[in-house]
Amino acid sequence: MNTIKIIAARELRGYFATPLAYVFIVLFLALIGFLTFSLGGFYDRGQADLMPFFSFHPWLYLILIPAISMRLWAEERKSGSIELLMTLPVTMFEAVLGKFLAAWSFTAVALTLTFPIWITVNYLGEPDNGVIFAAYIGSLLMAGAFLAIGACISAANRNQVVAFIITIVICFIFLLSGFQPVLDFFSGWAPQPMIDAIASLSFLTHFNALSKGVLDLRDIVYFLLVIGAWLYANTIILDMKKAD
Amino acid sequence: MIRADELSKHYGSLVAVDGISFQVQPGEVLGFLGPNGAGKSTTMRMFAGFVPPTSGSVEICGYSIEKQPTEAKRLIGYLPEGAPSYGEMTPRSFLHFIARIRGLSRRKTAERNEDVIDRLSLAPVLDQSIETLSKGFKRRVGIAQAILHDPPVLIMDEPTDGLDPNQKHEVRQLIQSMATDKIIVISTHILEEVDAVCNRAIIISQGRIVADETPATLLNRSRFHNAVTLKLDCKTDLDHITQQLQDLSGVEHIEVSDKTCTITAFPGPDASILKGISDLAAIKNWPIKQLKLESGRLDEVFRTITTADGAA
Repeated sequence: MNTIKIIAARELRGYFATPLAYVFIVLFLALIGFLTFSLGGFYDRGQADLMPFFSFHPWLYLILIPAISMRLWAEERKSGSIELLMTLPVTMFEAVLGKFLAAWSFTAVALTLTFPIWITVNYLGEPDNGVIFAAYIGSLLMAGAFLAIGACISAANRNQVVAFIITIVICFIFLLSGFQPVLDFFSGWAPQPMIDAIASLSFLTHFNALSKGVLDLRDIVYFLLVIGAWLYANTIILDMKKAD
Repeated sequence: MIRADELSKHYGSLVAVDGISFQVQPGEVLGFLGPNGAGKSTTMRMFAGFVPPTSGSVEICGYSIEKQPTEAKRLIGYLPEGAPSYGEMTPRSFLHFIARIRGLSRRKTAERNEDVIDRLSLAPVLDQSIETLSKGFKRRVGIAQAILHDPPVLIMDEPTDGLDPNQKHEVRQLIQSMATDKIIVISTHILEEVDAVCNRAIIISQGRIVADETPATLLNRSRFHNAVTLKLDCKTDLDHITQQLQDLSGVEHIEVSDKTCTITAFPGPDASILKGISDLAAIKNWPIKQLKLESGRLDEVFRTITTADGAA
């Protein structure tokens, strides 16, 4: 446990040693602000909730999270520092989890910095803060799932740009499988259980449930399982590819 | 003790390391030699637990690197080829990270930090990011990281690569100062280094051990071993002198270089020719600028061993 913490702390400090972290946070906050207030019609709706804010999270993560995850392992492999890390008394699992937790904490920081929106909505009206809290949890879990996919892809590619693009494609598939137009495409001919199965694989389905304030254990477990599965794949790929 | 037992590594159809076995005891400084691509780095990576062997095993002080990797890795200090580290970190924070992950106590960390910073003269660059450092400093940060926890086993892949002659000398002294109670394995293709710091040399070629002896016995293999080289004034008649040398007992054959005006006389098996030649030179009053007894040339031994194996 201690080792994981040390690896995560080193990694997290690495983010803030380069402009990447600051660029990411500023971009994330600017984009989410723009989307919420312009496209989302935050004021025009006249409702004291954060639905316009949270509904854009999946699509914003689709572009921004791969930008964080792409360097996780690709950079270690390219610079050769992976050889150093893997010859320290550290298990593969500790290294994978440590680096993942660093990236996840970083997105948590970015997400926390959206708090002015929460203050705004509380100033303007009387929102259900329980719903907002659940939605934040859902958003963080979804970000974790995106990151776990990205970390795994990053381990498979030495080239960060390739890792970035492949991650976007895979995350896009995970999002789209719950997107209404896609489900409509299936609903004409596919049996209902299959449509449900496709929809239940989607980040959107589970995130939408959480963002409505329903902290259902199944949705939480879903995201944790996705994270666990991709991180497990990450360790396997890393073991195969580390010395290539 | 560290031990390799029938260690092999295959990459697809390519055999990088082909069933090598050896042991190293504390106090030994083993120089690992071989042409590029001979399998030096692959072997060291298997020892450090970075690359799993295709077959065979590695044991570090009783721990199997595959079955008990964490225990084994605790005992090893490892400098990977090219001395990679985290470029955005400073040497200070990097060494701190290594100390923590190696589980050194706070007091021990301070003590060891001071020691390695001093030994490797890192003090002037402690707070500069590693990626901005010169090649020499980067290498020294890598070495500092490897010896920080005072490991009983030290494995270094080309520790002096990229260092200037002064720094090379310092690193060699550092290695020698640690040699008494540690197991040290270094790879290099600088042959003088083997002579300078190692008390044992293993030459590998095409994944196999082709020589495993002390640098001195390695030198004895050289055809130059006990040969005598005369450097003469260029105005002299080299042919005439060559004639006379050939008649001397013990001299097996002679090589003449007109360009450098040197004559090298090679002795027959177990013959000693130095005295005969120097006596003759005194009597004949040859215009000798330099007379040298060769101890052997490592580069020549290296070439003979590694290319003969290649031809076989």
